[in-house]
Amino acid sequence: MLSKVAERVYWAARYLERVESTARMLSIYDTLLFDLPRQVNLGWYNLIVINSLEQDFNERYSVQDERNVVKFLVGDDTNPSSIVTSLKAIRENIRTTRDVIPADTWELVNELSQYVQDHLQQGINRRDRHEFLGNVISACQQIIGLWQVNMPRDSAWEMLKLGQNLERADMTTRNLDAATAAIMQIEDDDFAVNSQQIIWGNVLRSLSADQPYRRAMRSSVKAPLVCSFLLTDPRFPRSVEYCLNDMIQGVKALPRAEKIIADIRKLHKTVTDRAEDSAPGPEMREALNDLQISLQYLHFSISRTWFLNDQEQLAVAQ
Amino acid sequence: MSINWKHYELQEGFYDELISSPGNPRVPARQLANYLNSLTEEEIQSRKLAAESTIKDMGVSFTVYSEGENIDRAWPFDIVPRIISAQQWEKTAAGLRQRLKALNMFIDDLYHEQKIIKDGVIPEFVLKQSKNYRPECEGVNPRFGVWAHICGTDLVRDGDGQFYVLEDNLRVPSGVSYMLENRSIMKRVLPEVFEKVSIAPVGDYPEALFNMLASLSPRQSSSPVVVVLTPGIFNSAYFEHAFLAQRMGAELVEGSDLVVGKDDCVYMKTISGLERVDVIYRRIDDMFLDPEVFHPESVLGVPGLMRAWRKGKVALANAPGAGVADDKVVYAYVPDIIRYYLSEEPLIPNVETYLCYDDKQREYVLDNLDKLVVKPANESGGYGMLVGPHSTKKEREQFAELIKANPRNYIAQPTLALSTAPTLVGRSKVEPRHLDLRPFILQGESSYVTTGGLTRVAMKKGSLVVNSSQGGGSKDTWIVDTSAGKA
Repeated sequence: MLSKVAERVYWAARYLERVESTARMLSIYDTLLFDLPRQVNLGWYNLIVINSLEQDFNERYSVQDERNVVKFLVGDDTNPSSIVTSLKAIRENIRTTRDVIPADTWELVNELSQYVQDHLQQGINRRDRHEFLGNVISACQQIIGLWQVNMPRDSAWEMLKLGQNLERADMTTRNLDAATAAIMQIEDDDFAVNSQQIIWGNVLRSLSADQPYRRAMRSSVKAPLVCSFLLTDPRFPRSVEYCLNDMIQGVKALPRAEKIIADIRKLHKTVTDRAEDSAPGPEMREALNDLQISLQYLHFSISRTWFLNDQEQLAVAQ
Repeated sequence: MSINWKHYELQEGFYDELISSPGNPRVPARQLANYLNSLTEEEIQSRKLAAESTIKDMGVSFTVYSEGENIDRAWPFDIVPRIISAQQWEKTAAGLRQRLKALNMFIDDLYHEQKIIKDGVIPEFVLKQSKNYRPECEGVNPRFGVWAHICGTDLVRDGDGQFYVLEDNLRVPSGVSYMLENRSIMKRVLPEVFEKVSIAPVGDYPEALFNMLASLSPRQSSSPVVVVLTPGIFNSAYFEHAFLAQRMGAELVEGSDLVVGKDDCVYMKTISGLERVDVIYRRIDDMFLDPEVFHPESVLGVPGLMRAWRKGKVALANAPGAGVADDKVVYAYVPDIIRYYLSEEPLIPNVETYLCYDDKQREYVLDNLDKLVVKPANESGGYGMLVGPHSTKKEREQFAELIKANPRNYIAQPTLALSTAPTLVGRSKVEPRHLDLRPFILQGESSYVTTGGLTRVAMKKGSLVVNSSQGGGSKDTWIVDTSAGKA
């Protein structure tokens, strides 16, 4: 498989996951705000902070309100991670890899892009937002389902899975971060306990983790248990643990994977070590931040191994 | 209302491919004409819609690059096929093979001893001033002595019904994927006719192309690595590059996917590391192939590629420098070239051509600009031409200046009475539209000609311009064997 094709497939999967996760994350805040007592003042700008988009956002907007934040995350083509930009990136990557990805993907991606373009306003207005985000999420799942059912388990498939798992792990840490940040923002008063319940419950629901959590933990929603579930549950497909294990299984089928496997194992160990202490607070946020950085390094490592074939390798080949 | 062939308005002085006189289809077209006549207006309309939706589903498109935006346009297609009898096609195909064989001997001679010039058949300055002569290619010995492996030759039929060669495209001819797609569309649109008529299949082209390319491999392995080199998604023929790569099971690569090693071999960058490439079907112009030798700023090519090719470590199809025979002045000499190398008479004639560097001929051209078509010697795609009868006085004056300033760079030909074929206009009316034909010829160890080729049609009434970039469309081309009717 050509390195460039591998890279494009990997990014198509990452961006698709990003679209879905961004839609999920926005819907946490959306329903969260309905449930929280009016006295609790939760800022939309948190979403910008946890996605590390402060600089891009502030270059564009001076008011950090709901409308601007949602606009920026959904429809802004200057935001490198917005739903619109991600969809564009998916299209470009699929257009040039149509021979290794099921043919219908192209049509579905076009339809989704068209839908998002045509209904941007719906996504920005709070009244219709839920329906809009729901449609985006199902369209993403349709594409993932198409891959799941139709793709031969070849290198292209492994590259898709790799991109998907990496982005998923990253997004789960960001969702956890979003909740932790929100909890820290809530003043310690009569409403606090109730609000914490609401926030963690919403994180679980937004990751479709509500039922799996209850079955696995046999407990009501408690902050440390939710964190530990999302970080280390071995069976839930959006937990960081699961994503890392799945990556290890997958990359074994790829050539020259030794270093990547070692990198993932190392990363895996830090997750297990940290999960011991999962109380939400500044330390938790810092740990999550470190984890995001490690995932970023894993990406560099993947890129060096499979996407950039530089002079060193040329020397090896001779 | 259905199609009534008695009301088909044949144009005086033009040969029509399907209809010989009002109400009388030519023999190979008879069954088709009767069938179309049996369809109601609604049925014709639904066939047309079926064609359009098939084109959309299959994603057939060509890309028009303008104002920085990339627009994929659906391929304009007419559902009335163009029909040629198998007997006539056989002779034409033999003529095309003969022509490419001679052209390849000519190119090989030019890059070696230049006997044809020493023998005075072609004046030396024609070569010296050719934009597509590459001194970098002198002395190279491509396998089988073949330089132009893939050739798209444009044929036209004049008022007398005879095929003439209009031009040879020896650089990176395109259109063959549309020929193949047109056939799959037609099978869905008029399946009933395919049951009744013996229409020769066209689908073996990718196989023939792959076999030819594989035969060029410098390494004698049973499975040589063949790649298609594309300039990328912004190229107007990207669809075709991807299509052919997919059909041949070859990798579609861009310049940045390839690298030339210290051992002068070409490698592609894969997730397993570097993998050696044996044959490159390149769809990039010579000048962009290798920044070390040609345009230094080109990012489309591969540094060192020419070195690898010259050392015989990789095969390039077409070989660099093959375009020298694509020059329109050289074109005028092709009949002489055939006689010189093969000692045969050309089987397909050239269109009469006036060479502006010759004083007498130039004088004639300048006196008759309003009747002639003037073409620059080295352009393709119908650009930079003067169509005399449709030109203004100002344009003619402009061209007269251009010709005088650089006579070597211009040729002129009489305005041809390009043949017509019935084409659907409106809901169920057919009118004659002008067309040409581009068959594709392959030459490696042996040669191959497509069954028919790509018929391009000027969709505008009276227009003679068939290029897709300038509003042309296409038709399926049927080679029909009337001697072996289907039971």
